[in-house]
Amino acid sequence: MQDAVCAALMIAGTFFMVVGGVGVIRFPDLYMRVSSSTKASTLGAGFILLSLAFHFNELGTTMRAVATITFLVVTGPVSAHLISRAAYGIGVRLWEGTIRDELRGRYNPDTNVVESVELESNEDERPQAP
Amino acid sequence: MTLFLLNVLLALAWTALTGELTATNMVIGFLLGYGTLWMARRADAPSGYFKKARQVIKFAFFFLWELLKANLRVTYDILTPRHRMRPAIIAVPLDAKTDMEISFLANLITLTPGTLSLEVSNDRRVLFIHAMYVTDADQFRRDIKRGLEQRLLEVLR
Repeated sequence: MQDAVCAALMIAGTFFMVVGGVGVIRFPDLYMRVSSSTKASTLGAGFILLSLAFHFNELGTTMRAVATITFLVVTGPVSAHLISRAAYGIGVRLWEGTIRDELRGRYNPDTNVVESVELESNEDERPQAP
Repeated sequence: MTLFLLNVLLALAWTALTGELTATNMVIGFLLGYGTLWMARRADAPSGYFKKARQVIKFAFFFLWELLKANLRVTYDILTPRHRMRPAIIAVPLDAKTDMEISFLANLITLTPGTLSLEVSNDRRVLFIHAMYVTDADQFRRDIKRGLEQRLLEVLR
């Protein structure tokens, strides 16, 4: 039973890693590639670490696995955000199939200022907390 | 917060008394401690701990479910020959105000496959998101606000 769970988690993890790798090759622009690779590494590594924790079933190993997953989940998105933000800053082009770019013209690379957009916020539509 | 620490202490006491130092046993101890504290709660001075705990668990399951759905969609697109995505950069107005709320929201959005937070405007009122499957910009804005943001703010506030 325990072995089956371990194996299933391990296979799921490697599957996501492979898919993420294929996505990096197949997706047409940098932003989608970044999306693909970060998710693959967090989810894939997360599943593999869970499988490890199940296999050993000791407090020390489980704690380390959980801590590693936590740090991956916290740091992965930050690096993805920084890479794509820097890419947009130096003008890496979006795929020609991109249907909309609401950031265009609002970012000034010289001063690093991002202007905001006037959009009606739906704060008043939300149900009020009792 | 005090109740949470008490809960952790009860879990530690349980592991010490049963003498079995494994993660599973600690989780059992934590759940038993939660039940004990719940039974011993004060009726005249209600604590937010039980409500918060339920909200956190609900949010965790909601997010895992979203993660799974988005992941399957991206996986399907990677493994089949045609590209079905309609990527766009969408500006989403923020109800999240503090640094912590905004960074939590941006991180969770980036963690969901197919969406990537690109920028926050300098006045912190708008978040720019690169999304891979956008059929309608307003619909996407509503989904983010009603789904992830509203639930996250419920947990954090």
